Amino acid sequence: RQMEKMIVSMQDPDMGIKMRNQRLLITVIPHAMTGNDIVEWLIQKYGISEEESLHLGNLIVKHGYIYPLRDPRNLVLRADESPYRFQTPYFWTSTKWPATELDYAIYLAKKNIRKQGDLIEHEKDNYNLLHKRINHTWDFVVMQAREQLRAAKQRRKGDRIVIDCQEQAYWLVNRPPPGAPSVLEQGPERRNSHTTRVQLTKNMDYYKREIEYCRKAMARTRVKSSICLEGYIKFNEQYVPHDPIMSGCLPSNPWITDDTTYWAMNAPTVPTPTKLRVERWGFNFSELLMDPLGRAQLLEFLKKEFSAENLSFWEACEELRYGEQSRIDEIVDSIYQQFLAPGATRWVNIDSKTMERTLEGIKTPHRYVMDDAQMHIYMLMKKDSYPRFLKSDLYKNLLAEAIIPPETKKQRVFPFMRKQRHSSPSPALL
Amino acid sequence: MCDQTFLAIVFGPCDKCFKEKPLRPVYIKSEQLSYCSLCVEMMATEGLHENETLASLKNEAESLKGKLEEERAKLHDVELHQVAERVEALGQFVMKTRRTLKGHGNKVLCMDWCKDKRRIVSSSQDGKVIVWDSFTTNKEHAVTMPCTWVMACAYAPSGCAIACGGLDNKCSVYPLTFDKNENMAAKKKSVAMHTNYLSACSFTNSDMQILTASGDGTCALWDVESGQLLQSFHGHGADVLCLDLAPSETGNTFVSGGCDKKAMVWDMRSGQCIQSFETHDSDINSVRYYPSGDAFASGSDDATCRLYDLRADREVAIYSKESIIFGASSVDFSLSGRLLFAGYNDYTINVWDVLKGSRVSILFGHENRVSTLRVSPDGTAFCSGSWDHTLRV
Repeated sequence: RQMEKMIVSMQDPDMGIKMRNQRLLITVIPHAMTGNDIVEWLIQKYGISEEESLHLGNLIVKHGYIYPLRDPRNLVLRADESPYRFQTPYFWTSTKWPATELDYAIYLAKKNIRKQGDLIEHEKDNYNLLHKRINHTWDFVVMQAREQLRAAKQRRKGDRIVIDCQEQAYWLVNRPPPGAPSVLEQGPERRNSHTTRVQLTKNMDYYKREIEYCRKAMARTRVKSSICLEGYIKFNEQYVPHDPIMSGCLPSNPWITDDTTYWAMNAPTVPTPTKLRVERWGFNFSELLMDPLGRAQLLEFLKKEFSAENLSFWEACEELRYGEQSRIDEIVDSIYQQFLAPGATRWVNIDSKTMERTLEGIKTPHRYVMDDAQMHIYMLMKKDSYPRFLKSDLYKNLLAEAIIPPETKKQRVFPFMRKQRHSSPSPALL
Repeated sequence: MCDQTFLAIVFGPCDKCFKEKPLRPVYIKSEQLSYCSLCVEMMATEGLHENETLASLKNEAESLKGKLEEERAKLHDVELHQVAERVEALGQFVMKTRRTLKGHGNKVLCMDWCKDKRRIVSSSQDGKVIVWDSFTTNKEHAVTMPCTWVMACAYAPSGCAIACGGLDNKCSVYPLTFDKNENMAAKKKSVAMHTNYLSACSFTNSDMQILTASGDGTCALWDVESGQLLQSFHGHGADVLCLDLAPSETGNTFVSGGCDKKAMVWDMRSGQCIQSFETHDSDINSVRYYPSGDAFASGSDDATCRLYDLRADREVAIYSKESIIFGASSVDFSLSGRLLFAGYNDYTINVWDVLKGSRVSILFGHENRVSTLRVSPDGTAFCSGSWDHTLRV
């Protein structure tokens, strides 16, 4: 796992953290480092800020890859002189060494024997619970614990402390005290996730599908990257002034100032829309259509041009596409009666081929039967009526009358972006 | 030839071609059948033929894939950050948590905004689905689902209903009522049925249709009223973890990402997969369309987010940093598409500059994994939900 890569590079003798013999109480512990060192090294290697490095270091400690020597009950990284050490790979979480009940029992028993009353509250509870549960092997447990203690007594004090701390850290990770989040928690089991992947039976069907897909994909028309990327830049230029997070919003972002005027002014139905909103209608046709106010304005305009039935037809088709399954027949019929039947009151102008196809399709109505006709009308509106709308007096008046809401002058309003040039919300009052 | 003389020659209809011929016993899968000698010959060569075909198909598939990559690469003449050089750099970024929504008893798994830009629905591991007015931080509705791990929830475009689902393998729609006396759970409608957990759901442009993605490897489109399956989408080799609908004018496509490291773009009408991208190294946790609909971003367990362009048919940008070692669980774009917000499993949120590919800022504040992240419909803020039981705006 990637964490381990980082740990390994940390331990690298040349580039890694300088490890010194640290003093802990009386004994000297070899190969330890201070919290400060860890933070410094992370900052240097990855070019990140101190806050981030502290956070990252903390996580490493929480996952049990580094453990503190002085306060082994708390798995926290402190950016000071407190000493830390790397956990042996034996205890790494990724080895998925099952932290069995038996081992835990042995560990707790050892602690109990060594220093009576050294177990913390939850450990005592666990100890009793385990005692009840694996009563039959309890003698074994106690014997193991005694043996391990005896063997440990024969080691140097420094090593003993280290081993103790290691074990303690390991168990802290695997059996966290109640209330503390466990870092080992995962979401629900993912079937076929790539770690426990069951190899797909790569039979002929699978490959046939792959081949077919590849063939189709090769035949696709592709656009040059430069054109696509230019598209992003253009989109960005157009929309950035409208992005409240990037450019602030007038009169003020409701989340910052607790003032909902912005929402009130941009509600779906307002007598006078804001200037930004009206400008946005000029970006492309779908913007105009998606905004209820814009759509209403478009309807007004189309009425003047005697082509309002186009918009109504489009709306009816949308209703068909996204409507309830049970009403499909009904809706198709009503569309036909209103818009397509010869002599209909609001007859729409579609070319004969599309009309033929649609009429054919109506005999077996389904959700997408009107799609061709709808697309035709949509394109008609987009290429024909929409440009005229933008040049019309109606639109120009809207633009002129649209308001630019004033900024609310409030103390200490920080814009998200600190730009040297203009920024819409008022700069901080220093 | 000695042994053959001891064989009793049986005359009769062959089990395969049914012609009257002298028969020979043949053992297939420990079953004894009688074939005529001609069929035996054919069968012997055909068996081999099958294996050969498998290997040759595999080779063909591999070579086609290689050629496809070449085709894609041919039109790739410039990198995104080169084009983005002339765009001005972003200044320093300061974003703070403005609201903290507390009230869930367990990890928050998913959330969605209402079109009115204030309300949020969120779901959690303890089975509770809560609708909040995030501006005032009041809880408006609460429903308890009969299952735990409610991993998907969605707000209807009209704001009158919510959909949610999780380990119960189905998606339920609850109409929102303001009548205090009514029990919301009583009005629940069960819409989707999958054979494995529900990982994501979303309403299409109306209240009547829901698109769902599930751990059984398929996505499906359902009619809410009748609960009927309108279309199903097969093709993923493993659990599908996320989906997003295209904001395009015609609104016919959606993208889904799964545990097989693939992101696939589907046509809703035909159920066919139109495009597929396989450049991630691990499960794809979240996909989101770029506001213009020409591209989408994906966040995955390999700690990177990638931007794929649909017209150029390739990956155009990778957002990663060596110091980020935890997977990205959720991504979303700002309104203009300039910023990509990504929530990670290391309890932080990274903000990326989409065009330049660099990280703009990192946000702390959550005390456990960030599981879900969405920008509000008008782009004024974004909300993140986390395993520390809270949501932050």
